[in-house]
Amino acid sequence: MWDYTDKVRDHFLNPRNAGPMDDPTVVGEVGSLACGDALKLFLKIDDAGRITDATFQTFGCASAIASSSVLTELLKGKTVDEAAAITNKEIAMELGGLPREKMHCSVMGQEALESALKRYRGELDPLVKPEGEIVCKCFGVTDVQIRRAITENDLTTVEEITDYTKAGGGCGECVLDLERILAETRGTEPAKPKPVAPKRKLTNLQRMQLVTKVIDEEIRPSLKKDRGDIELLDIEGAKVLVSMRGACSGCPSSQLTIKELVQRRLRDAVDPDIIVEEVRS
Amino acid sequence: MKVIYLDNNATTRVAPEVLEAMLPFLRESYGNASSMHGFGGQVGKFITEARERTAQGLGCSPEEIIFSSCGTESDNTAIFSAVRSQPEKRHVVTTRVEHPAVLNVASHLEIAGYEVTHLKVDELGRLDLQELEDSLRPDTALVSIMHANNENGVIFPLERIAEIVKSKGILLHTDAVQTVGKLPIDLQKLAVDFLALSAHKVHGPKGMGALYVRRGVPFRPFMLGGHQEKGRRAGTENVAGIVALGKAMELAAAGIDEENTRVKALRDRLEQGIMSAIPDVRRNGDPENRLPNTSSLAFKYIEGESILLMLDQYGICASSGSACTSGSLEPSHVLRAMGVPFTFAHGSIRFSLSRYTTDEEIDLVLRELPGIVSRLRAMSPFTGKDEAAPGCAC
Repeated sequence: MWDYTDKVRDHFLNPRNAGPMDDPTVVGEVGSLACGDALKLFLKIDDAGRITDATFQTFGCASAIASSSVLTELLKGKTVDEAAAITNKEIAMELGGLPREKMHCSVMGQEALESALKRYRGELDPLVKPEGEIVCKCFGVTDVQIRRAITENDLTTVEEITDYTKAGGGCGECVLDLERILAETRGTEPAKPKPVAPKRKLTNLQRMQLVTKVIDEEIRPSLKKDRGDIELLDIEGAKVLVSMRGACSGCPSSQLTIKELVQRRLRDAVDPDIIVEEVRS
Repeated sequence: MKVIYLDNNATTRVAPEVLEAMLPFLRESYGNASSMHGFGGQVGKFITEARERTAQGLGCSPEEIIFSSCGTESDNTAIFSAVRSQPEKRHVVTTRVEHPAVLNVASHLEIAGYEVTHLKVDELGRLDLQELEDSLRPDTALVSIMHANNENGVIFPLERIAEIVKSKGILLHTDAVQTVGKLPIDLQKLAVDFLALSAHKVHGPKGMGALYVRRGVPFRPFMLGGHQEKGRRAGTENVAGIVALGKAMELAAAGIDEENTRVKALRDRLEQGIMSAIPDVRRNGDPENRLPNTSSLAFKYIEGESILLMLDQYGICASSGSACTSGSLEPSHVLRAMGVPFTFAHGSIRFSLSRYTTDEEIDLVLRELPGIVSRLRAMSPFTGKDEAAPGCAC
């Protein structure tokens, strides 16, 4: 059982301002059923730009409901500009803290608020067109969201990124990207430098050895985290023939895995001309 | 506040008779069974007696029972023994819905170069026996298939599975942690080679398990050290635990009929009461062929941890296959393997009853749960909607 503070328990069991609002000025929405968390934030804003009422609807665990509840309390009476300054840290602090693994619930509150305020200002809603590129396909998290979570919460590891954004918490395919984004955002070198493609032309033997090494040491462990696997069948020049195994075999996303994970990594590490093709057995 | 314990697939209350049986070995009779002096050596006969009781409950010979520390150790021992005794065979078959005590060993074997076939289950959690048959190869070292699933209670047709697997001369292991004490098991008729069980699932103490190894099956010990258990499992005997397991097995064997009549009737009353009082509830797993004490129900539009914590306010203990309770971010591997839609998977709750569950406890759940579900649904943005919100590429 999670170690929730009394305040988290109180806001969960006695949520303030729960339920939809009649005639809201604006509504902010984040998340989905598939992602396991969702928040719909209703705001009533007067002509002077002050939030006079805030309510919520939340799908999620105790900390998601508590974060939503405390957020509505924080918002009431604030101007739009004051509300815009609320961060996920403030939401978590107001609750007396959240378990590390539940920090994404506070981030969800901050994002729902942003969604609402962007709509209020007539700006493009990030939910209509997410800002940035989707990095984590399992939970629909973009690089912009990840970079921001790193900066605002001083995150230093991929595990922390997952705790705060959920990115990397599904199939694990994006972990290498998260490492790269973390290093770029913090202005550091990646923790585990990957072998870079040699500039000189590879012999067939060298190419085969390097492809085998990258598949065995990087790609296969990543797939196995989700009960999948890959078998290297043959290498014909720049063409790498593989067969997907385990949970990856017959997975509807296997082509995405082959192109986005396997091919991209082999192009980075071995040869930019590599084409990976699946041989179905 | 009284505890309404409906999480018996996780662990069970130690039966008073079991506690009484084990206490002398924690108090005055604390000798080491391997000692040459009478004070220690005298406890050996109680180990023998417990072994006989355990074997009796399974319909096997006492010599075929190895005491262990838990179900996980028994599962690990069986799998590693099977592959180590047949080093030329590099293929293992299991299912996608096994307990981590099997799945994580299978992953370990994969990393070590073994090929592992994970059999699928259908939407009711059932195996495709044709897929099992097709998966068997000359180099298959072991088939490891659980007797019944801990989350949805679905019972796999182990007799038929054994016919298929043994017809090819392949070793068969079953994790029977959830079925011992709930279903009759007769190892004279059930042709498995290894069977794992755990004391704390049958009203015994935690930290005690057993492994059945069919006579004649090649065996390689998992724990090396002293000569205990005829060299098959080293380590000073947990005499109190062993005696407790023997007593628990005796009680379990005597309670099978109650499990299949009174407990099953209570489970059905709970399930039917919930499903008739609350709309948009779905049963996870085969409605017919499942453990008599288990009900896994999925509540649409809401999330499992929230339901559990609200039930906890009334002292009601259950468990969830939702992501948030496990520290994971995705619903349980069992629900995912069954293809339970996300709209239901996140809101799955497992109620598992025991011989101590009463009518009054079921009444309390039926009284409080509809209000809890109603409160949470009133807070959910998805209530009455089936589509996921935009913004997620899942």
